[in-house]
Amino acid sequence: MIEFESVSKRFPDGTVAVDDVSLVAPQGKLTVLVGPSGCGKTTSLAMVNRLVDVTSGRILVDGKDVSQTDRVELRRGIGYVIQHSGLFPHRTVLDNVTTVPRLLGWDKTKTRERAYELIEMVGLSTEQAGRYPAQLSGGQQQRVGVARALASDPPVMLMDEPFSAVDPVVRSSLQDEFLRLQDQVGKTILFVTHDIDEAIKLGDKVAVFAEGGHLAQIDSPGDLLAAPADGFVASFVGRDRGYRRLQFLPSDGVGVRSAPTARIGDRALDGWTLAVDGDDRPLGWLAPGADSVSQDRLEPLGSTFTKTDSLRAALEAVLVSPAGLAVRLDDDGCVDGVVDHATLAEHHQASSETADSGQESR
Amino acid sequence: MDWGWIVDNRDLILELLIEHIWLSAIPVVIGLAVALVLGVLAHTYRWAYPPLLIVVGVLYTIPSLALFIVLPVVLGTQILNPLNIVIALTIYSGALLVRTVVDGLDAVPPAVRKAAEGLGYKRLTRIVTVELPIAIPVIVAGLRVVTVANISMVSVGALIGIGGLGELFTSGFQIRFVTEIIVGLVLSLLLAVTADLLLVFLQRKTTPWDRLGATA
Amino acid sequence: MIGDVWAYLTAAGSWQGSNGFAVRIFEHLQYVAGALLVAFLIAFPLGLLIGHTNKGVTVAVNAVNASRSLPSLGLLTLVVLFSGLGRAPVLVALTVLAIPPILNATYAGVRGVDKGAVNAARGMGMTEPQVLWQVELPVALPLVWSGIRSATLQTVATATIAAYVALGGLGRYVIDGFAVREFDEMLAGAALVSLLAIVLDLALAFATRVSVSPGLREPRKRRLTSPLKRLAPGNQSTAPAAG
Repeated sequence: MIEFESVSKRFPDGTVAVDDVSLVAPQGKLTVLVGPSGCGKTTSLAMVNRLVDVTSGRILVDGKDVSQTDRVELRRGIGYVIQHSGLFPHRTVLDNVTTVPRLLGWDKTKTRERAYELIEMVGLSTEQAGRYPAQLSGGQQQRVGVARALASDPPVMLMDEPFSAVDPVVRSSLQDEFLRLQDQVGKTILFVTHDIDEAIKLGDKVAVFAEGGHLAQIDSPGDLLAAPADGFVASFVGRDRGYRRLQFLPSDGVGVRSAPTARIGDRALDGWTLAVDGDDRPLGWLAPGADSVSQDRLEPLGSTFTKTDSLRAALEAVLVSPAGLAVRLDDDGCVDGVVDHATLAEHHQASSETADSGQESR
Repeated sequence: MDWGWIVDNRDLILELLIEHIWLSAIPVVIGLAVALVLGVLAHTYRWAYPPLLIVVGVLYTIPSLALFIVLPVVLGTQILNPLNIVIALTIYSGALLVRTVVDGLDAVPPAVRKAAEGLGYKRLTRIVTVELPIAIPVIVAGLRVVTVANISMVSVGALIGIGGLGELFTSGFQIRFVTEIIVGLVLSLLLAVTADLLLVFLQRKTTPWDRLGATA
Repeated sequence: MIGDVWAYLTAAGSWQGSNGFAVRIFEHLQYVAGALLVAFLIAFPLGLLIGHTNKGVTVAVNAVNASRSLPSLGLLTLVVLFSGLGRAPVLVALTVLAIPPILNATYAGVRGVDKGAVNAARGMGMTEPQVLWQVELPVALPLVWSGIRSATLQTVATATIAAYVALGGLGRYVIDGFAVREFDEMLAGAALVSLLAIVLDLALAFATRVSVSPGLREPRKRRLTSPLKRLAPGNQSTAPAAG
């Protein structure tokens, strides 16, 4: 767990980079610090491993004040990932990864084994362990950077815009894989980015910083989207936050009704017919007015959703369905029911009201 | 320091200075011309670059004095002919500048090269009118080093009887006259500084776009 | 003439005696090795310090540029006139002249190390000395070697010239040969010193290849440092053997 208690940083020339920030980055969770350039997020991060020292206030890592710990010892206990990876060009991937364990004097064999495990965990193959950074792509280098930070199994990790320097396609897959990794390792992570979408995608908690170094709001992504604290946060979070918020609302309370299904060769129903196969798996929609269900008259499904999907997935399915009905599937992929747009909208309205009254009572 | 001597011998000093200027300038100019041609060729026909680098590398490993002596044998000229110095220094300058020219051309952003190709420039025209001008800062940086080196090396020629300001060193040494040596050193230094400033000025004149400041 | 020179070079008699090739080659090597060693011991730590702390750069750059502009013959003759004939002052001059290339290359090398890597090293918990030895130095090594090579070639050349002010070594053949217009002798000296320079350079190139991490070798297609950066004043270490 990382705690900031009224932390401020003032530089010798007078600039206030961080202004009285207090926050808690919970144990085992990913907390994202996000904001425009110059808002103090990177400086805040740098104060945790004392690359920069606080001017006033305290930072506690797992209960211990960082200013009371020897700098070098502190850093060896915190994983650190930066933009552009900062890999050592003169060392192989393996030697890069084993850096901190070697600094700590760990057993060599154990260190190597662990390094190989980590290299695989971040999505590289072990034969790349002998390569040099110059031989890797930007995305691969970032993965090595993450493996390097995890090598000594530190309880806490600091990540400074680790995915910003790669192209959007690579970034998206790195983010997905990182989420899977975090599921496995469950580190306490403090993550800095300027990209609000990345913050919302990755963070368990999101801390929005404003210019001048003060903390504007810290909340879960869903709550942040639902209720921005002020005009700045609202505009920083961006447009269509209402729509984006839907991904944080569950769909399992929605009232689905039974689907108008029929098999190939059967008579068509009145209105839209959902063609299914022998196992009740969906094949496509048949427009009204047809006599019988035949393969060549079917229109594509669009998309489907499941009970565990968000409301956004359900809405998406409704919007692209030619019949205006979203098809819900169960765990085996069999048709489970359909829901129309109006029902979804009612459900959303109802749950918003509950959420609002819930918020008022906080 | 015998100031009187300087005044009395100013004609001689001037003569030596002018000789020195010629002996350093000509190799740089011809060397640059040769380097531009070879550099453009090596940049275009990449397979030729590694062997060229090896030849060039050997050439500037050889100490200047040795080259001044070995060259006449190869060329068939008299050892004591000033032409040897000029040719030797031209080879040196060319050798170093070839590398600079290729580096400069390599530094041209690929986007620019592609754009020029797309606009319909023929290869040679493109290299000469688009890429070389962009490579000027790199080439001039190399020129500055080469020019200063040349100015130093010309004086070595005094050891075999030709050498502009170098003669002030040998003469002053032989008759134990410090003033002569100091005059030689000061003039060499002034010459080097002037040449350097001149090249910087030329660079500014030929690359007006460099100073306009990039858009952030 | 070549035939005569070849005969001269291969005659056994030429290799023996106090003016024989063997002695002179050895002398030349001694001067070069001695000057380089001392110059390295001074310039290398100084370069590391300047590169790591980024202080004193302007002074260093100016010193390097100044030394490049001064003709070595002029310096040698001046030094000898002030301190009298003798090896010591000349060797000191050789040493002083060998310092700038090594100093320049070392601090340029250290400054050129990827700042991200240095920052990451600190952030991961390396002490300052560890950052210097484990990260900055190995990455700076190629440039440091190029500085040493440059200094070597320069010293070989200057030691040759120093024969004029009564030093021994291979320059003796050139100076003495010139005095009596014995072109064979001059040519032999020139040929030997050229060979010496080439052999030393190859040896250093080999040493570089062997000691520098394969991860730092410049790939053919991409350049890791911009050529513009390499040629900026202050980063020059590939200048030809001056004087």
